[in-house]
Amino acid sequence: MPRRTDIKKVLVIGSGPIIIGQAAEFDYSGSQACRALREEGIEVVLVNSNPATIMTDMETADKVYIEPISLEYVKKIIKEERPDGLLATLGGQTGLNMALELSDDGILDEMGVELLGTSLESIQKAEDRELFRDTMISIGEKVAPSAIVNTTKEAGSFAEEIGYPVIVRPAFTMGGSGGGIARDRRELEDICSRGLKLSVIKQVLIEKSVAGWKEIEYEVMRDGNDNCITVCNMENLDPVGIHTGDSIVIAPSQTLSDKDYQMLRSSSLRIIRALGIKGGCNIQFALDPESFEYIVIEVNPRVSRSSALASKATGYPIARSAAKIAIGLDLDEIKNPITGNTYACFEPSLDYVVVKVPRWPFDKFHMADRRIGTQMKATGEVMAIGRNFEEALLKAIDSLDIKLNYQLGLQLFENTPVEELMDYIVHPKDESLFAIFKLLQKGISISEIHEITRIDVFFLSKLKKIVDVADEIRNAGIAWLDYELYLKAKKVGFGDSYIANLVGVPLSGILELREKYPIKPVYKLVDTCAGEFEAVTPYYYSTYEQYDDIEYSENDKVLVIGSGPIRIGQGIEFDYCSVHSVEALREMGIESVIINNNPETVSTDFDISDKLYFDPLTEEGVLDIIEKEKPLGVILQFGGQTSINLAHPLHSAGVKILGTPMESIDLAENRNKFLGLLDKLDIPIPRGKTAFSFDEARLIAEEIGFPVLVRPSYVLGGRAMEIVHDNRTLEEYMTMAADISPVHPILIDKYIVGKEIEVDGICDGRDVLIPGIMEHIERAGVHSGDSIAVYPTITLSDKTIDTITDYSTRLALSLGIIGLFNIQFVMDENEKVHVIEVNPRASRTIPVLSKITGVPMVDAATRVIMGRMLDELGYGTGLLPRTDFHAVKAPVFSFSKITTLDTFLGPEMKSTGEVMGVSRDYREALYKALLASGLRIPPSGKIIISITDRDKKDCLPVASGLAAAGYELVGSPGTAEFLCTNGIECGTMNDPSLIDEIKGGSVALMINTPTRGKMPGTDGFALRRTAIEYNVPSVTNLDTAGALLLVLEYYSEGIEPRVHSLDSYSLDRRIPQTDGKGQCS
Amino acid sequence: MKAVLVLRDGTYFTGESFGAGGEAYGEIVFNTSMTGYQEITTDPSYNGQIVCMTYPLIGNYGMNNEDTESYKPHVEGFIVKELCENHSNFRALTDPYSYFTDNGIIGIKGIDTRALTRHIRSHGSMFGVISTLSGNIASLLKKIHENESRPVNLVEEVSTDAKYHIRGRGFHVCLLDFGSKSNIIRSLQTRDCSITVMPHDSTANDILDMKPDGILLSNGPGDPRDLVNVIPEIKKLAHSGIPVLGICLGHQLLALSLGMDIYKLKFGHHGGNHPVRDLITGKCHITSQNHNYAVSLENMAPGIVATHVNVNDGTSEGIMHTSLPVSSVQYHPEAAPGPEDSAYIFDGFIETMRKNKNA
Ligand SMILES: Nc1ncnc2c1ncn2[C@@H]1O[C@H](COP(=O)(O)OP(=O)(O)O)[C@@H](O)[C@H]1O
Ligand SMILES: Nc1ncnc2c1ncn2[C@@H]1O[C@H](COP(=O)(O)OP(=O)(O)O)[C@@H](O)[C@H]1O
Ligand SMILES: [Mg+2]
Ligand SMILES: [Mg+2]
Repeated sequence: MPRRTDIKKVLVIGSGPIIIGQAAEFDYSGSQACRALREEGIEVVLVNSNPATIMTDMETADKVYIEPISLEYVKKIIKEERPDGLLATLGGQTGLNMALELSDDGILDEMGVELLGTSLESIQKAEDRELFRDTMISIGEKVAPSAIVNTTKEAGSFAEEIGYPVIVRPAFTMGGSGGGIARDRRELEDICSRGLKLSVIKQVLIEKSVAGWKEIEYEVMRDGNDNCITVCNMENLDPVGIHTGDSIVIAPSQTLSDKDYQMLRSSSLRIIRALGIKGGCNIQFALDPESFEYIVIEVNPRVSRSSALASKATGYPIARSAAKIAIGLDLDEIKNPITGNTYACFEPSLDYVVVKVPRWPFDKFHMADRRIGTQMKATGEVMAIGRNFEEALLKAIDSLDIKLNYQLGLQLFENTPVEELMDYIVHPKDESLFAIFKLLQKGISISEIHEITRIDVFFLSKLKKIVDVADEIRNAGIAWLDYELYLKAKKVGFGDSYIANLVGVPLSGILELREKYPIKPVYKLVDTCAGEFEAVTPYYYSTYEQYDDIEYSENDKVLVIGSGPIRIGQGIEFDYCSVHSVEALREMGIESVIINNNPETVSTDFDISDKLYFDPLTEEGVLDIIEKEKPLGVILQFGGQTSINLAHPLHSAGVKILGTPMESIDLAENRNKFLGLLDKLDIPIPRGKTAFSFDEARLIAEEIGFPVLVRPSYVLGGRAMEIVHDNRTLEEYMTMAADISPVHPILIDKYIVGKEIEVDGICDGRDVLIPGIMEHIERAGVHSGDSIAVYPTITLSDKTIDTITDYSTRLALSLGIIGLFNIQFVMDENEKVHVIEVNPRASRTIPVLSKITGVPMVDAATRVIMGRMLDELGYGTGLLPRTDFHAVKAPVFSFSKITTLDTFLGPEMKSTGEVMGVSRDYREALYKALLASGLRIPPSGKIIISITDRDKKDCLPVASGLAAAGYELVGSPGTAEFLCTNGIECGTMNDPSLIDEIKGGSVALMINTPTRGKMPGTDGFALRRTAIEYNVPSVTNLDTAGALLLVLEYYSEGIEPRVHSLDSYSLDRRIPQTDGKGQCS
Repeated sequence: MKAVLVLRDGTYFTGESFGAGGEAYGEIVFNTSMTGYQEITTDPSYNGQIVCMTYPLIGNYGMNNEDTESYKPHVEGFIVKELCENHSNFRALTDPYSYFTDNGIIGIKGIDTRALTRHIRSHGSMFGVISTLSGNIASLLKKIHENESRPVNLVEEVSTDAKYHIRGRGFHVCLLDFGSKSNIIRSLQTRDCSITVMPHDSTANDILDMKPDGILLSNGPGDPRDLVNVIPEIKKLAHSGIPVLGICLGHQLLALSLGMDIYKLKFGHHGGNHPVRDLITGKCHITSQNHNYAVSLENMAPGIVATHVNVNDGTSEGIMHTSLPVSSVQYHPEAAPGPEDSAYIFDGFIETMRKNKNA
């Protein structure tokens, strides 16, 4: 059917902040869908609370609302915009749940808004476990024997009936929150009570476990004419029992015969028809490795992480087709943009292997429980493409950016005894793959490992082959590393630095061989059709084969290095920056080439850049591409630390680094050089010294005086940066946390209690542009990424602002920054401003500032990098006047997914995402931000308050405020006593009974400022964890509590919610006067 | 052992040999199915052809004795990027290597199959050789030209020599065997048909003497225009009033017999992902295809209408007669390998036989 003409305006709901289980993939699918709709002349209205997205750019939709995805605000938007249709299947679980709320509320009917694409009935059929099970049974599809329960008691009795192990799965959650496999009654009760709490409809499903079966996924599409296709199927290397999000996934399936493949494909078609889905869905199967028996695990009636992966793996734009189907088009009417002359109604054929590997946050969260299971823990993922499995897997591992130096993780386990390694496969953890490599190398048989892990022998044999080739190379040594062997190594996917390691020569030795032979990668095209048709997509991957698919142009090109997998501290904001840089280059008429390896992102959508290379961001990977493309230079400053770390190797390889040069990067990052510079500029920095020995450390601490902030240059047992208040703690920290030695010194800085202030700017070498300054709510000591940040500043004096502007300007100029920079300051109680650090690159706050101030910072920076001067661009220079809008950036955490991680906030970042609240009224902006971040505080109830002695004096205003607001305070003995003596009513309870209170469900909020964190086992720790597990809002910092109080007061005034679209609050945008090229953010 | 693949235009690829040694001559075509390599090797339609699999990992799930489309492999030669050394699947009986060796199939692996595919795409499928005996391109090219001109009767080689019967309780179907895939027979069996498989050179009378409820013209190898004696017989069958269903080569033969034209496609359709639009229902189906020739829709013969077309290139995928119970499809409703979406074609055939009987 041609596209519906009655639909003129469509509201698209985004997925909100990045959390574990819902990452960048929805920015990719969401923005692709918006483009697809606008292609058809549809007016698109978009709502998403996450500013660090391409989706929330002016250019993506006709109207963009960066507002909380909550009933009150979305309703308000619907009332103001009066869209004809609502598209909710592109915003992940958040979007779906929002759609359900809206329809329950009746607003959709009231306003005559039609839910486009998949209907509510269909969504319910797929999401409600009971409806789903009945639907499956009605079409003869098997599901695991299961029962829906509403109490732990019911759960218990059913489990006895079907027998343990059973798996617990809450309805309406994503990423497996609150799910898990229970081996006995006790485990069942734990998991169950948590699951019930987390489920929107207070239901969990108890299900017979089929752990160990093959986990297979199909990406299926259906249009209004009932045409169905499967875009791609995927096989999990990790069998059922490990969440697909935490599994290594291969596309297409490898161990399925055509009979298996077609059996599950036909089943997929039956299912999508029975559910009546219009658009895309993801179907997960568990397949018995020993028979044709299978069960349906679940269906996601929307685009998902898997569909993003499938799109990147095949080149088939699922979100785009889904959006077109939603407005009435059929698959055989939608052109396949890859070939340009075939249609979306076909099934891609691959002539390569795709491997996806999860990226876990445990390099930051060393103390957390690293076991993986049915609940997802990965923050992101990487994908690699190869002409064989080994190559794709090793390229994926290289893409993880976990400093393995291509070692297959073998190094990790150099001296680990077999028994310990075995534990890694008995209880799977993030590093199990590497343990398997090591076990195979130690001669443990494939069959033994298969018996334990249930990983298919096909895959284990491939892993064995990798290990064997490694040993072969080691034995050959440089002497026998002949053409054949070297080529074999490259075809298996080994990087040169690993080969160098194996044969024991410096990298240069291998590079010489490489030139001599010569052996170079070729680049092949991803074309959805295995070469059957001419393809027009510039989407490539490297491999070691005979022929190259590409003709390399002589045009002026620039290479932009992406940021790789989403992880703590390096999130979607850097993809946002990379994409904008590429767009700016294209506007300037320069051919843009991007390298990235993250399948979830917009930057790896093939029509964003002139050329996309889906390859590891390693020295070797990048240099190989540079050799082929011969770009003018490389832009590193938008890809986060990943790309900045490439500065040195690329520079020494003679590659031109565009923008801030190598020397400047070094000056900013090399501590001693940096101190020297600040000294010269007479800009204060917290006193600090480097300690090479234990005693030295103590002396330094005493000299500069406690509290101090210690950072080991080498991290042990996860105690990285920490604030230390006294000698005792320092000693303890030294002994158990940091291995201090001349090789591994420790930096000891004065910890300055005060305001943290953040500046982002652009420098062209002559002028500096500072669009805005942000002030943190939490005092310094809480990582900038974890604190609530406010634009414009609210408490700073003009004098301080002048100082900060002056410091920033002089720092940027004297460092020799060309492009973006980010500076963090701390201001002590005497308003003295100190520099904490300078990042010679884009930062987390760039999207926020660009959007609120209307200065497209990345676009401007890119033009500066390419030689334009700031005063030509017309945004002005120096610190720009503030806008009349407030923007509040609030962090979002995924604590419920990372069990046994302390939730207290300190100098080490813990948040996975962020949201932005905007309003003319500061308190509403704050309210919106906290609401969007998921902080919802019941209007009445108990508030647990337990404050460390250090903070007691500061806690009175907050406590009395909360009491006044009508909450019942209960405190730990110390705190309670302190409050009572200060005339604030507060009940007393010891920690165990506080924990019961939380479990009891009567607690509205917990304020707990820890004596010191990172100490599992302490009462405070247990308290904080319980709060998370039982979904009780908890804050660990008084400043945050203060902000909460402000918000509660605001809320109690019952002011009508106000919404503002991006264009409205940047009306006073400083539109470039001089040249039209300027705008585009 | 080394092996070389030489194309008639002089292009060559050197790789490693697997399976039998020697020289295999044939037309080189590529197949884009990612699974189903055993069905493909045993599909008689590939008689006379060397097949290149575009998916790089072949043999992963081993070989069994169920996924066969005939009693033995029929490809002249087999080209893969990588042949699996540690296959894994619960039904696997043998490994790919001994399978090809035992069946005397000459294979070459380790070549840039994507480059080969792109070459065929732009220059068309062409004759060539896989040799494990000599790497002398000049002499191999000479031999290619000799072999290419050597007349062969591809259908005769794969058709049954004598007719045989498969019992069943339902309709009696005469299957005219030009190299039928086993799954066509299985598809009729699951619909209770009793089946008489007839040699390719059976006359119309031979077939009508069997008193069939329906006649199925099977798939098969080669150029339908070579089967000059068959076409008039099919014409008689088409006008006999008995339901006729043609599949692939059968479709082309039926079209010829009804006065339509055939032409050769540049590199054919070989794979399991081709979209076909059913012009009667307006719905699209993903189909399994394997053909180098197509029925021209330029001048439709009287009484013939197109029922199916290819969504991508608009080529003929199915026709039917407006007054006679006669129809045919270019693709493979029996799948194997490939999507099972088009099984409804067999149901339709059964339905036609029922109607025709009751009429
Ligand atoms: N019956 C079961 N037995 C064992 N493991 C299961 C079962 N059902 C699901 N799982 C595992 O749990 C994971 C998460 O389950 P799923 O239903 O996909 O939840 P989510 O919505 O988080 O994706 C699956 O990927 C699978 O590995
Ligand atoms: N000397 C200091 N005094 C007070 N807080 C500090 C000091 N140094 C660092 N911090 C706190 O630690 C956080 C992280 O430190 P930073 O040097 O920015 O590390 P990163 O490179 O991880 O951003 C800062 O955001 C700030 O809150
Ligand atoms: Mg799932
Ligand atoms: Mg910082």
